[in-house]
Amino acid sequence: MNNMLAIPKVNVKNMTDKEFFYGHKACAGCGGSIAVRLALKVLGERTFAALPAGCMSAVGFIYPQMAFNINALITTFPGAASMGSGIAVGAKAIGLKDFKTVVIAGDGGTADIGFQALSGMIDRNDDVLYICYDNEAYMNTGIQKSGLTPYGTKTTTTPTGKNLPGSVTHKKNLFEIIAAHDIAYAATASIGYPQDFINKVNKAKHTKGTSFIHVYASCPTGWGTPTETSVDIAKEAVDCGLIFLAEYENGEYKLNRNPKNFKSVNDYLAKQGRFKHMSDRDIEIVSSNRDKKWERMRKHWLQK
Amino acid sequence: MKNNKIFISGDEAVAVGVKLSRPHVIAAYPITPQTITVERLSDMVEAKELDAEYMHVESEHSAISATMGASAVGARTFTASSSQGLLYMTEGLHYCSGGRYPVVMMNANRSVALPWSIYGDQRDSLSLLDSGWIQVYVEDAQEALDMIIQAYKIAEHKDVLTPMMVNLDGFILTHTYELVDIPNQDEVDQFLPAFITPNKMSFEDPKNLGFSSKPDDNTEFKYQQNEAMFNAIPVLQDVDKEFGSKFGRTYHGMVEEYKCEDAEVVLVALGSVCGTVRVVIDNMRKAGKKVGLLKIRYMRPFPEAEVKALGKRVKAMGVIDKDISFGYEGTVYTNVNSALSKIDKHVFKQNFVGGLGGRDITKNEIEAMFNKLFLGISSEQEEKVEFFSLNVETNE
Amino acid sequence: MNQPKKQEFKTPKHIDDYPTGPQYTAGFLPETNAGWRTVRPLVDHEACVFCLRCYMLCPDGTIFKDNGKINIDMDYCKGCGVCAFECPKDAITMIKEEL
Repeated sequence: MNNMLAIPKVNVKNMTDKEFFYGHKACAGCGGSIAVRLALKVLGERTFAALPAGCMSAVGFIYPQMAFNINALITTFPGAASMGSGIAVGAKAIGLKDFKTVVIAGDGGTADIGFQALSGMIDRNDDVLYICYDNEAYMNTGIQKSGLTPYGTKTTTTPTGKNLPGSVTHKKNLFEIIAAHDIAYAATASIGYPQDFINKVNKAKHTKGTSFIHVYASCPTGWGTPTETSVDIAKEAVDCGLIFLAEYENGEYKLNRNPKNFKSVNDYLAKQGRFKHMSDRDIEIVSSNRDKKWERMRKHWLQK
Repeated sequence: MKNNKIFISGDEAVAVGVKLSRPHVIAAYPITPQTITVERLSDMVEAKELDAEYMHVESEHSAISATMGASAVGARTFTASSSQGLLYMTEGLHYCSGGRYPVVMMNANRSVALPWSIYGDQRDSLSLLDSGWIQVYVEDAQEALDMIIQAYKIAEHKDVLTPMMVNLDGFILTHTYELVDIPNQDEVDQFLPAFITPNKMSFEDPKNLGFSSKPDDNTEFKYQQNEAMFNAIPVLQDVDKEFGSKFGRTYHGMVEEYKCEDAEVVLVALGSVCGTVRVVIDNMRKAGKKVGLLKIRYMRPFPEAEVKALGKRVKAMGVIDKDISFGYEGTVYTNVNSALSKIDKHVFKQNFVGGLGGRDITKNEIEAMFNKLFLGISSEQEEKVEFFSLNVETNE
Repeated sequence: MNQPKKQEFKTPKHIDDYPTGPQYTAGFLPETNAGWRTVRPLVDHEACVFCLRCYMLCPDGTIFKDNGKINIDMDYCKGCGVCAFECPKDAITMIKEEL
């Protein structure tokens, strides 16, 4: 177990001024790129980054424009965790010291196609930080439903019409599925709470073995939100309770934020093109699902 | 040279070859008949006879992904698979060659489902000729061991930087025990120095690997990959010669001709069946028949020059394929035929598809193949694809 | 400024001018993104309290510390407006990009 208190704090004043994700071709206001940029600034120069197919690899490695200003590579889509593991294990085997390996994958790359490899990596407890930036659909292929697309979302493969309300499934419970592996460290975060995210990346950086961060990252293009509100909408998702901030370490869950009152789910949904069609009944389904989840989390995850 | 012969299976010979090559990382997922190789490697790592990281990956797709990751930081890597497992790796095989990661793998040639069969044929690897891997097919356990060592030297060569697959016939080679000479570690170390490449991620020279290229550049990257595959031809020939001078065994590079000097009729084959063909040739030669064998060792890069040269000298050529490309013919035959079409001479040809799903190819059958080829040069015969042989009547 | 800068790229003339396979220098940037902008951020340094929230949240990392003031690398700013929206002092306004 690491002594987390001994880890030097990282914040906007003392973090490196160097930029490691720069000149990329992500859409203006991209939330995913905020997550990647901040994570790499915390992890620093001696980092290997492995990214499967997804927005961040699509916008970062277009020859000859190389936006990752550190060692980075694109992995097979289902094999991001395995290739990340291979880097970590290979670098150790050739005698490298004092480095970190990070996998940065989207929601589909993590919860769907890359899940098996991720499970294998946690099983081996390879020294890799896996960051899932969750924008709730396959965005760079044109906004198709993933396993982390929430109920009621309009995507190009979950259209809305007379018969369907958009996505009919709720988000997979990714955080708890990962924690169930008894992983060394796991956390959820949101770019709407950037210091919290920075702290969690910093904690993961100093964790030996596999760690996992599920960070909520807005997508103005796929969500139908103005580019300037990317951080704000990701904060509102937390404030209305649809996204929660939590950690799992030493076998225990911890709820980091437990608001007395939630902001309006209705307002959050109404701001986004992808939810505009939702009926009162569907919004009720979303709200009651949220309440059930919080009831369970509060019962089991609050520190006594 | 000191003799150090032990009695081991083909799978074990591969494991010993890997150990002598000192890989940093081994990532593999078990599949019959590859398993003995990875079991022995696990034993060697446990006993600290082999200073390598053994990664227990959860699938073949992850095995190839993990080896690529390790290769990307300059580690020497090994994986092994077979049949369905090899096919599950397919995406990674293309990815690996395109990424120019010189991974070495062993493939235990096994039939492909459905129907299920754990026994041997070569449909698994032959269906992946286009995946950009150097493919060599070995005939016995000794060649298996030696080719693993050679494979690293070829794959890691700066003009090649292309992954290499060493193919062994499932069960016939993987599980058969033979007397195998084990090279001395110091001599292997001299022959195979550490893997050094600028083509990797490092903190001294940070790189972005595996990028995307626009239509403006993609063809150039593929041209370069094809060029590297052709560069492998002189490299693998030199490596084989150097291996011969050091260890006293050479395998004649791209192909091996057996009794072809004066041959009128030859059979072309890959892998273990070559041993049986040699026996038949020796017997038929006693009866005055001018028969020979062209053992194709490398399917990629393809020995076009060697096939053409032999084609100019013989009257008939039969190709044994433990493979069928449904709706056409055996893949080895297609490749041989393409080479022969470039010489200014007609050679009678016949494709014998056999050994599927582990069925034996017998000496009698091989003799019958030779006789069919002799018939083809003495009378008007149709050049066709023949399943050799079926146990039942067909509608033909 | 600690960001990578635009560099000149020599278009390959010979096959050997290409890297061996898909591997290239990290942070090599032959192109800028300035052409994407329709609006640009204008900083009121009198109002700015150097809290660095804009620096933290810029999706493109274009905002940098410049002798106690914030500055913006206009080669790579896409004009998304996150900085202006998030500024607690309203010290950044988005103005129309001049063509």
